[in-house]
Amino acid sequence: MKKILACLLICVLTASMLTACSPGSGSDPDEIRIGINYELSGDNATYGQGSVEGIEMAIEEINAAGGIKGKKIKPIKYDNESKPSEAATLANKLVSQDKVVAILGPATTGAFTSQIPVANRNKIPIATGSATGDNLTFATDGSVHPYVFRICFNDSFQGRVMANFAFENLSATKAVIIMDSSSDYGKGLASNFKETFTSLGGTVVAEEAYVAGDTDFNAILTKIKSMDFDAIYIPGYYNEAGLIIRQARTLGIDKPILGADGFDSPDLAKLAGNDALNNVYFTNHYTSINDDPAVLKFIADFEAKYGKKPDAFNALGYDLAKFVADAIERAESLNGEDIKNALEATENFVGITGTLSVDENHNPVKSIFVIELKDGVQHSSIKVNP
Amino acid sequence: MEQFLQQVINGISLGSIYALMALGYTMVYGIIKLINFAHGDVYMIGAYVGYFCMTNLRLGFFPSLLISMLVCAILGVAIEKIAYKPLRNATRIAVLITAIGVSLFIEYGTMYIASPNPRSYPRLTGFMAKSYQVGGLTFSAQQILIIIITVVLMILLQLIVKKTRIGKAMRAVSLDRDAAQLMGISVDNTISFTFLLGSALAGAAGILVGIYYNSINPLMGMMPGLRAFVAAVFGGIGIIPGAMIGGYFIGLVEVMVSGYVNSMFRDAVVFAILIVILIVKPSGLLGKETREKV
Repeated sequence: MKKILACLLICVLTASMLTACSPGSGSDPDEIRIGINYELSGDNATYGQGSVEGIEMAIEEINAAGGIKGKKIKPIKYDNESKPSEAATLANKLVSQDKVVAILGPATTGAFTSQIPVANRNKIPIATGSATGDNLTFATDGSVHPYVFRICFNDSFQGRVMANFAFENLSATKAVIIMDSSSDYGKGLASNFKETFTSLGGTVVAEEAYVAGDTDFNAILTKIKSMDFDAIYIPGYYNEAGLIIRQARTLGIDKPILGADGFDSPDLAKLAGNDALNNVYFTNHYTSINDDPAVLKFIADFEAKYGKKPDAFNALGYDLAKFVADAIERAESLNGEDIKNALEATENFVGITGTLSVDENHNPVKSIFVIELKDGVQHSSIKVNP
Repeated sequence: MEQFLQQVINGISLGSIYALMALGYTMVYGIIKLINFAHGDVYMIGAYVGYFCMTNLRLGFFPSLLISMLVCAILGVAIEKIAYKPLRNATRIAVLITAIGVSLFIEYGTMYIASPNPRSYPRLTGFMAKSYQVGGLTFSAQQILIIIITVVLMILLQLIVKKTRIGKAMRAVSLDRDAAQLMGISVDNTISFTFLLGSALAGAAGILVGIYYNSINPLMGMMPGLRAFVAAVFGGIGIIPGAMIGGYFIGLVEVMVSGYVNSMFRDAVVFAILIVILIVKPSGLLGKETREKV
């Protein structure tokens, strides 16, 4: 009995010591802490790294201009290794230990979704630049998650736009879908593409699936090679999409290949090879083919800082940080609820990826681009408004 | 028909990789009755060594292949000496668990050193980047290379096992370790040599996969390792020709299931085969039924 009591006592003492320490390390009145929870390594690493480059550039600009509410932003950055479970753990750490006022990221739907309960429970707003899953902002009962925001369009919009583009601009009537069945992203895009494409009068002649990490697509591609079709839609991420495109072109399939914002990574060209990236189209948030002076300035500043052209994730990361900073500036206090109200009230926020307003479902109302790749580089783009 | 033949080509290319790996599982099992779970990770190391040779050292494919095989052979022997040899007389379950430990150690060690990000092999040039059309069938140069190198390595292996003194020693040790020792065969050296051969083959498989699929990562050995294990069990674990047949069989099954049934059932079918074999004929296709003497 004595032993148990002693154990309990030690537990209580250590627990109280831990809680006693953490606020001290967490609050400095002259700074605003913002959590950055991104995929800096693992399968989706280039999305996370790209977003964080944009975010860090935006924060530097904001701090150089005097910060928000007269305080500097202090970013606290963690790597979730592209794992949803790790993302949730880090969100807890950011909220309870680092005392952040808001969390930016992660970049992908799966990882972002896993930290939603943490946000709602602790009343800390979380926002993502690139998680496009349809039901991201909704709870299972259909109500809107109060503390969840994003600045990118959702998958049903992407799937619809691509189906329209295939049918109208490429005059495709028969399409093949090869989807990533291991992610909500792939499944959501595939079903929306199919729905719109068939309602326009097209047919989906084959639906194939793979799981993330697969490397051999020859069997699937050999099968569809013998079919009659006009275009292949690949809703998935660059790791597998790059290999599929390469293997398809090696087998002699030269039909148009369509994709979504998951294609936007420098690694796509590394995996597929530039010569394979012809007749490839994908929907995206942003394109560097643009003549808006604000966008040109962003491109020039980004190139000066990082020595490369910004991609969509860089631009989204940049917009995301500015979007959240803009809301914090307008918020009555640094309380989570006030910041949430300010985020909800955002209207006509001008970003690099377009002008956006937040609708009642916490989704942005903004336009989308369809980009054509030629020899591995962006060749032309079409802007589609919602 | 054309499509079927094309699928057969795909299946044989994929099966070659499984066969090369299955040989390592089967030889090690034959000699010390251990399922070497670290084998898939030796294959992964082979792919990384090939990547390093081809990108950082700018070597051609064939020198890189040899270096990969060499490094993997050394790694295989090192694993045996450090992790398995001290447990030579321990229970089989203890060695098996050690094998899983070694596997995780190599995977996460590589992740720590080389980062978890997938890497892409450099683009091949010259004849290796081409693909050839024969009567409507497409052969990529990499597929031809994989098939030829696999066959050459298998012939070499057969020669070593059947025609050399050390091969004879391997067969003797796998038949009866104690009797072999009494005949003056160094059991330890023979076991090390078996690991050396198996790991060199896995290293070759690793670099071939690298040039074929162009994408490698620290966890790439897990699934192919399991499938090669199924291949070894299918052919009859411990029997070298069984592993070759099993490897090609599993490769063809995977491709045919993706090509004619549904790509989502692929892995389910492969592992269902494992279960069926273990129920119907646990000794595998070429295995003889042996009774344990009491």
